[in-house]
Amino acid sequence: MYADLITFFTTNWLGMAIVMLAQCLAVTVPLLVAVAYMTYVDRKVWASIQLRRGPNVVGPFGLLQPFADGLKLVLKETIVPSSANGVLFIIAPMIAFMTALVAWAVVPFDDGWVIADINVGILYLFAISSLGVYGIIIAGWASNSKYAFLGALRSAAQMVSYEVSIGFVLITVLLCVGSLNLSQVVLAQSGWFWNWFWLPLLPMFVIFFISALAETNRTPFDLPMSEAELVAGFHTEYSAMTFGLFFLGEYANMILLSALGAVLFLGGWHSPIPYAPFTLVPGVVWFALKIAFLLFIFSWTKGTLPRYRYDQLMRLGWKVFLPVSLGWVVLTAAVLTFGGWLPKP
Amino acid sequence: MILQALAFYVFAAITVASAAMVVVSRNPVYSVLFLILAFFNAAGLFLLIGAEFIAMILVIVYVGAVAVLFLFVVMMLDINLTQLREGFLDYFPVGALIGAVLFAELLLGVGIIGAGSATIAGLNEHGAQVTAIDNTRAIGRVLYTQYFYLFQVAGLVLLVAMIGAIVLTLRSRPGVRRQKAGEQINRTKEQSITVVKVPTRGGV
Repeated sequence: MYADLITFFTTNWLGMAIVMLAQCLAVTVPLLVAVAYMTYVDRKVWASIQLRRGPNVVGPFGLLQPFADGLKLVLKETIVPSSANGVLFIIAPMIAFMTALVAWAVVPFDDGWVIADINVGILYLFAISSLGVYGIIIAGWASNSKYAFLGALRSAAQMVSYEVSIGFVLITVLLCVGSLNLSQVVLAQSGWFWNWFWLPLLPMFVIFFISALAETNRTPFDLPMSEAELVAGFHTEYSAMTFGLFFLGEYANMILLSALGAVLFLGGWHSPIPYAPFTLVPGVVWFALKIAFLLFIFSWTKGTLPRYRYDQLMRLGWKVFLPVSLGWVVLTAAVLTFGGWLPKP
Repeated sequence: MILQALAFYVFAAITVASAAMVVVSRNPVYSVLFLILAFFNAAGLFLLIGAEFIAMILVIVYVGAVAVLFLFVVMMLDINLTQLREGFLDYFPVGALIGAVLFAELLLGVGIIGAGSATIAGLNEHGAQVTAIDNTRAIGRVLYTQYFYLFQVAGLVLLVAMIGAIVLTLRSRPGVRRQKAGEQINRTKEQSITVVKVPTRGGV
């Protein structure tokens, strides 16, 4: 009986399709729940920073608030402005949301817990994250509104600029690992927590985190939707679930970049101390804790820092991060080569 | 095997169709979006022959950077569609000629270089060879050793292009006040404020 089931799920195309679908759901459903609760945690953290209580009415401690908000977004009417480009206006939020989800296919949650264990995992993530800009820029253009359009242009310039420095950060990590596979990246960081790449590559970790803030359009780089100048930026004209998809996509992207930070710099599923009580905790729990830690810093910065001006943002990206990260790539390569620490091919 | 053939025909058909739409579609923004679709499906074709590195680089460079800038420019330009269509018939023979030459060259290239390997079965044989060693590694091994000078020359070409673009757009505009972060940080208390004891009814 069991043998039949195993052969059905490993050889039959229908069985394989069912397994594939189940794997996708096993990643997507917890992710969406995490996104819902990320909005709740975000609001609670800001509330604490501003000495308020935050959402506390719907359910115990306000825990059902995200679902109430979600229900509200679903039930409202989707308004398409009469001068907007109808097809692109609807497609744009779908692109924004979808690109945030498909990237999770290559993220390793634990040893061997990956949907697609491909050899070019990092490049895949980088490619998908560079697609996120299309949702925003198409939304800005299709809305046929000046605020949306200005927001979209800003966002396109911003995301393209900061991708460059993220690319160099990825290259330094790759130099130390010698593989583009994300599971290999994590395996290269086994051992104590000072073996993780955050310490040897500390400046790169800082640059990565700041670029991640810019890449996800979060404060202090939330110029695409800066409400004081542009109403709500690229999603000014969006309502109901079309807005909801942008919102979910933004939070899914934040979680994705936190996961990438955890994989590249915080040792993925490894426990901080490689001895008994710590190693008994499943790796996926450590991974989730590291993501949660990075997400907390996301909320913390949002509660603390004022918004950058546009020229300052561009100067930081091109005149500070680009030279520093380029220099660090050369330095890392030199140290690895002349120190004899190059990873074996 | 049959699934791969099916995927090949789907990718190839969408690539050709969207490439045609780039030329035919009336709105230039749609043209760029169809171009992006064509890039994507070309990346899919690369994946099918086992060239995953080139597929990813195609998406990162062309879709993630080049096409964004195209879209950026095309969206901001105020393009008059009727004016754009006016010269269509005049230019059509020239365009068709260039297209025909390219097509002939492509056929020649496939016929001479890849004799026998242009079929899907041939492509799969290639794929098997390439995946024996993972192809990012394979490119890395030859790019910086065997083709080192060519690599440097490519870098120089890009550098010249970059300098050209900067020279074309650089102009000094008088009367623009720029923020200089260094100066602001290096300012001392003595330079920026003076403490004045103001006598009563005397003024400063």
